[in-house]
Amino acid sequence: MDAILFYVFAALALAGALLVIGQRNPIYSAFSLIVVFCSLSGIYGLLGSPFIATLQIVVYAGAIMVLFLFVLMLLNVKKEEPHQVTSPWLKASALVLCLLLVFQAGTVLLRAPTWPASVPFDASTRSMAHQLFSPHFLYAFEATSVLILGALVGAVALAKKEL
Amino acid sequence: MDAAPLPGFLPHALLLSLLLFVIGALGVFLRRNVITIFMCVELMLNAVNLAFVAFSRAHGNLDGQVLVFFVMVVAAAEAAVGLAIVIALQRHKDTLDVDSFSLMKW
Repeated sequence: MDAILFYVFAALALAGALLVIGQRNPIYSAFSLIVVFCSLSGIYGLLGSPFIATLQIVVYAGAIMVLFLFVLMLLNVKKEEPHQVTSPWLKASALVLCLLLVFQAGTVLLRAPTWPASVPFDASTRSMAHQLFSPHFLYAFEATSVLILGALVGAVALAKKEL
Repeated sequence: MDAAPLPGFLPHALLLSLLLFVIGALGVFLRRNVITIFMCVELMLNAVNLAFVAFSRAHGNLDGQVLVFFVMVVAAAEAAVGLAIVIALQRHKDTLDVDSFSLMKW
Protein backbone atom coordinates (compact mmCIF):
# COMPACT_ATOMS: atom_id res chain seq x y z
CA MET A 1 0.00 0.00 0.00
CA ASP A 2 2.78 2.41 0.99
CA ALA A 3 4.73 1.56 -2.14
CA ILE A 4 1.73 2.22 -4.42
CA LEU A 5 1.10 5.56 -2.71
CA PHE A 6 4.77 6.45 -3.03
CA TYR A 7 4.79 5.84 -6.79
CA VAL A 8 1.56 7.82 -7.22
CA PHE A 9 3.02 10.77 -5.31
CA ALA A 10 6.32 10.47 -7.17
CA ALA A 11 4.57 10.54 -10.55
CA LEU A 12 2.52 13.56 -9.44
CA ALA A 13 5.65 15.36 -8.27
CA LEU A 14 7.52 14.66 -11.51
CA ALA A 15 4.58 15.73 -13.67
CA GLY A 16 4.15 18.90 -11.63
CA ALA A 17 7.87 19.69 -11.84
CA LEU A 18 7.84 19.26 -15.62
CA LEU A 19 4.80 21.54 -15.83
CA VAL A 20 6.61 24.17 -13.75
CA ILE A 21 9.36 24.55 -16.31
CA GLY A 22 7.30 23.57 -19.36
CA GLN A 23 5.04 26.57 -19.76
CA ARG A 24 5.32 30.27 -20.32
CA ASN A 25 2.69 31.57 -17.90
CA PRO A 26 4.22 31.91 -14.39
CA ILE A 27 0.82 31.66 -12.67
CA TYR A 28 0.36 28.12 -13.99
CA SER A 29 3.93 27.34 -12.96
CA ALA A 30 3.11 28.45 -9.42
CA PHE A 31 0.04 26.20 -9.27
CA SER A 32 2.03 23.20 -10.56
CA LEU A 33 4.66 23.93 -7.93
CA ILE A 34 1.94 23.67 -5.25
CA VAL A 35 1.12 20.18 -6.61
CA VAL A 36 4.80 19.24 -6.30
CA PHE A 37 4.98 20.49 -2.71
CA CYS A 38 1.83 18.63 -1.67
CA SER A 39 2.98 15.33 -3.18
CA LEU A 40 6.40 15.74 -1.56
CA SER A 41 4.58 16.20 1.73
CA GLY A 42 2.84 12.87 1.14
CA ILE A 43 6.20 11.23 0.47
CA TYR A 44 7.61 12.62 3.72
CA GLY A 45 4.64 11.11 5.52
CA LEU A 46 5.32 7.74 3.89
CA LEU A 47 8.97 8.00 4.99
CA GLY A 48 7.76 8.26 8.58
CA SER A 49 8.29 11.99 9.16
CA PRO A 50 4.92 13.54 10.03
CA PHE A 51 6.48 16.72 11.42
CA ILE A 52 8.36 17.54 8.21
CA ALA A 53 5.27 16.62 6.15
CA THR A 54 3.19 19.14 8.10
CA LEU A 55 5.87 21.80 7.84
CA GLN A 56 6.08 21.23 4.09
CA ILE A 57 2.38 22.02 3.70
CA VAL A 58 2.34 24.93 6.15
CA VAL A 59 5.58 26.65 5.16
CA TYR A 60 5.97 25.83 1.46
CA ALA A 61 2.46 25.34 0.10
CA GLY A 62 1.05 27.83 2.59
CA ALA A 63 3.43 30.69 3.22
CA ILE A 64 5.97 30.69 0.40
CA MET A 65 3.58 29.95 -2.46
CA VAL A 66 1.07 32.53 -1.24
CA LEU A 67 3.92 35.05 -1.32
CA PHE A 68 4.79 34.01 -4.88
CA LEU A 69 1.18 34.20 -6.08
CA PHE A 70 0.73 37.53 -4.32
CA VAL A 71 3.71 39.03 -6.17
CA LEU A 72 2.61 37.47 -9.48
CA MET A 73 -0.84 39.05 -9.17
CA LEU A 74 0.59 42.33 -7.87
CA LEU A 75 2.91 42.74 -10.87
CA ASN A 76 0.30 41.50 -13.37
CA VAL A 77 2.85 39.20 -15.02
CA LYS A 78 2.23 38.43 -18.66
CA LYS A 79 3.30 35.42 -20.65
CA GLU A 80 6.97 35.07 -21.36
CA GLU A 81 7.88 36.18 -24.90
CA PRO A 82 9.94 33.80 -27.04
CA HIS A 83 13.65 34.52 -27.20
CA GLN A 84 14.70 37.47 -29.33
CA VAL A 85 18.14 36.00 -29.79
CA THR A 86 17.59 32.30 -30.32
CA SER A 87 20.86 30.52 -29.92
CA PRO A 88 20.82 26.78 -30.69
CA TRP A 89 23.71 26.45 -28.24
CA LEU A 90 21.67 27.63 -25.26
CA LYS A 91 19.27 24.68 -25.05
CA ALA A 92 21.93 22.19 -26.09
CA SER A 93 24.40 23.32 -23.45
CA ALA A 94 21.69 23.35 -20.76
CA LEU A 95 20.74 19.76 -21.68
CA VAL A 96 24.38 18.62 -21.67
CA LEU A 97 24.99 20.22 -18.27
CA CYS A 98 21.90 18.55 -16.82
CA LEU A 99 22.82 15.14 -18.26
CA LEU A 100 26.25 15.56 -16.69
CA LEU A 101 24.55 16.31 -13.38
CA VAL A 102 22.38 13.20 -13.69
CA PHE A 103 25.44 11.10 -14.43
CA GLN A 104 27.54 12.46 -11.56
CA ALA A 105 24.85 12.43 -8.89
CA GLY A 106 23.54 9.09 -10.17
CA THR A 107 26.92 7.40 -9.77
CA VAL A 108 27.24 8.80 -6.25
CA LEU A 109 23.75 7.62 -5.28
CA LEU A 110 24.17 4.18 -6.83
CA ARG A 111 27.43 3.73 -4.99
CA ALA A 112 25.69 4.28 -1.65
CA PRO A 113 26.50 1.47 0.77
CA THR A 114 23.91 -1.21 1.30
CA TRP A 115 21.58 -0.21 4.08
CA PRO A 116 20.46 -2.44 6.93
CA ALA A 117 17.05 -4.02 6.49
CA SER A 118 15.65 -2.19 9.51
CA VAL A 119 16.80 0.61 11.80
CA PRO A 120 15.18 2.11 14.88
CA PHE A 121 13.50 5.31 13.80
CA ASP A 122 11.26 7.74 15.64
CA ALA A 123 10.59 11.08 13.96
CA SER A 124 7.60 12.09 16.03
CA THR A 125 7.22 15.75 16.93
CA ARG A 126 8.39 14.98 20.44
CA SER A 127 11.72 13.48 19.40
CA MET A 128 12.17 16.21 16.75
CA ALA A 129 11.78 18.81 19.51
CA HIS A 130 14.32 16.97 21.68
CA GLN A 131 16.77 17.00 18.79
CA LEU A 132 16.11 20.63 17.83
CA PHE A 133 16.56 21.95 21.38
CA SER A 134 19.54 19.76 22.23
CA PRO A 135 22.81 21.68 22.77
CA HIS A 136 23.81 20.42 19.34
CA PHE A 137 21.35 22.56 17.40
CA LEU A 138 20.07 25.06 19.96
CA TYR A 139 22.32 27.97 18.98
CA ALA A 140 21.71 27.45 15.27
CA PHE A 141 17.99 27.33 15.97
CA GLU A 142 18.11 30.61 17.88
CA ALA A 143 20.24 32.16 15.13
CA THR A 144 17.51 31.45 12.56
CA SER A 145 15.25 33.90 14.39
CA VAL A 146 17.84 36.62 13.74
CA LEU A 147 17.97 35.50 10.10
CA ILE A 148 14.20 35.78 9.75
CA LEU A 149 14.25 39.22 11.38
CA GLY A 150 16.99 40.35 8.97
CA ALA A 151 15.02 39.03 5.99
CA LEU A 152 11.89 40.80 7.22
CA VAL A 153 13.62 44.18 7.57
CA GLY A 154 15.47 43.67 4.29
CA ALA A 155 12.29 42.82 2.38
CA VAL A 156 10.49 45.91 3.69
CA ALA A 157 13.48 48.13 2.89
CA LEU A 158 13.89 46.71 -0.63
CA ALA A 159 10.22 46.93 -1.58
CA LYS A 160 9.84 50.53 -0.41
CA LYS A 161 8.87 53.15 -3.00
CA GLU A 162 12.16 55.06 -3.09
CA LEU A 163 15.25 52.94 -2.62
CA MET B 1 11.81 2.55 20.01
CA ASP B 2 11.59 -0.65 18.00
CA ALA B 3 13.37 -1.24 14.72
CA ALA B 4 11.04 -0.55 11.80
CA PRO B 5 11.89 -2.16 8.45
CA LEU B 6 13.09 0.23 5.79
CA PRO B 7 10.54 0.84 3.04
CA GLY B 8 11.56 -0.79 -0.23
CA PHE B 9 11.09 2.41 -2.24
CA LEU B 10 13.88 4.26 -0.43
CA PRO B 11 16.40 4.16 -3.34
CA HIS B 12 13.62 5.39 -5.62
CA ALA B 13 13.07 8.36 -3.32
CA LEU B 14 16.72 9.29 -3.90
CA LEU B 15 16.19 8.87 -7.64
CA LEU B 16 13.11 11.12 -7.47
CA SER B 17 15.17 13.70 -5.58
CA LEU B 18 17.83 13.61 -8.32
CA LEU B 19 15.25 14.03 -11.09
CA LEU B 20 13.50 16.93 -9.34
CA PHE B 21 16.83 18.66 -8.82
CA VAL B 22 17.77 18.27 -12.48
CA ILE B 23 14.37 19.53 -13.64
CA GLY B 24 14.83 22.57 -11.40
CA ALA B 25 18.31 23.21 -12.79
CA LEU B 26 17.00 22.88 -16.35
CA GLY B 27 14.32 25.44 -15.54
CA VAL B 28 16.93 27.87 -14.20
CA PHE B 29 18.84 27.49 -17.48
CA LEU B 30 15.90 27.71 -19.87
CA ARG B 31 13.28 30.03 -18.37
CA ARG B 32 13.71 33.79 -18.63
CA ASN B 33 11.07 35.10 -16.23
CA VAL B 34 12.73 36.00 -12.91
CA ILE B 35 9.85 34.63 -10.84
CA THR B 36 9.81 31.30 -12.71
CA ILE B 37 13.57 30.98 -12.16
CA PHE B 38 12.94 31.65 -8.49
CA MET B 39 10.33 28.89 -8.37
CA CYS B 40 12.84 26.51 -9.97
CA VAL B 41 15.32 27.33 -7.19
CA GLU B 42 12.64 26.43 -4.65
CA LEU B 43 12.11 23.16 -6.52
CA MET B 44 15.83 22.37 -6.23
CA LEU B 45 15.76 23.11 -2.49
CA ASN B 46 12.84 20.70 -2.14
CA ALA B 47 14.70 17.99 -4.03
CA VAL B 48 17.58 18.31 -1.57
CA ASN B 49 15.11 18.17 1.34
CA LEU B 50 13.75 14.89 -0.02
CA ALA B 51 17.26 13.43 -0.13
CA PHE B 52 17.85 14.57 3.47
CA VAL B 53 14.65 12.91 4.68
CA ALA B 54 15.39 9.69 2.78
CA PHE B 55 18.92 9.42 4.18
CA SER B 56 17.64 10.28 7.64
CA ARG B 57 15.18 7.38 7.39
CA ALA B 58 17.88 5.04 6.10
CA HIS B 59 20.29 5.76 8.93
CA GLY B 60 17.70 6.15 11.68
CA ASN B 61 19.20 9.55 12.53
CA LEU B 62 17.19 12.72 13.07
CA ASP B 63 19.97 15.18 12.17
CA GLY B 64 18.87 15.15 8.53
CA GLN B 65 15.35 16.19 9.49
CA VAL B 66 16.66 19.06 11.58
CA LEU B 67 18.66 20.19 8.54
CA VAL B 68 15.45 20.08 6.46
CA PHE B 69 13.93 22.38 9.06
CA PHE B 70 16.80 24.85 8.65
CA VAL B 71 16.60 24.65 4.84
CA MET B 72 12.92 25.57 5.07
CA VAL B 73 13.74 28.58 7.27
CA VAL B 74 16.39 29.77 4.82
CA ALA B 75 14.04 29.20 1.87
CA ALA B 76 11.35 31.32 3.51
CA ALA B 77 13.81 34.15 4.21
CA GLU B 78 15.20 33.88 0.69
CA ALA B 79 11.73 34.02 -0.88
CA ALA B 80 10.83 37.15 1.10
CA VAL B 81 14.01 39.04 0.18
CA GLY B 82 14.08 37.75 -3.40
CA LEU B 83 10.51 38.73 -4.16
CA ALA B 84 11.16 42.19 -2.70
CA ILE B 85 14.10 42.49 -5.11
CA VAL B 86 11.82 41.36 -7.96
CA ILE B 87 9.33 44.11 -7.09
CA ALA B 88 12.13 46.69 -7.05
CA LEU B 89 13.43 45.41 -10.43
CA GLN B 90 9.97 45.58 -11.99
CA ARG B 91 9.62 49.15 -10.73
CA HIS B 92 12.95 50.19 -12.28
CA LYS B 93 12.85 48.41 -15.64
CA ASP B 94 9.17 47.58 -16.12
CA THR B 95 10.01 44.03 -17.16
CA LEU B 96 10.78 40.66 -15.55
CA ASP B 97 12.97 39.33 -18.36
CA VAL B 98 16.37 38.29 -17.00
CA ASP B 99 18.06 39.31 -20.25
CA SER B 100 17.29 42.97 -19.54
CA PHE B 101 18.98 42.96 -16.13
CA SER B 102 22.58 43.25 -17.28
CA LEU B 103 23.84 46.15 -15.17
CA MET B 104 26.55 44.07 -13.48
CA LYS B 105 27.65 42.31 -16.67
CA TRP B 106 30.78 43.46 -18.45
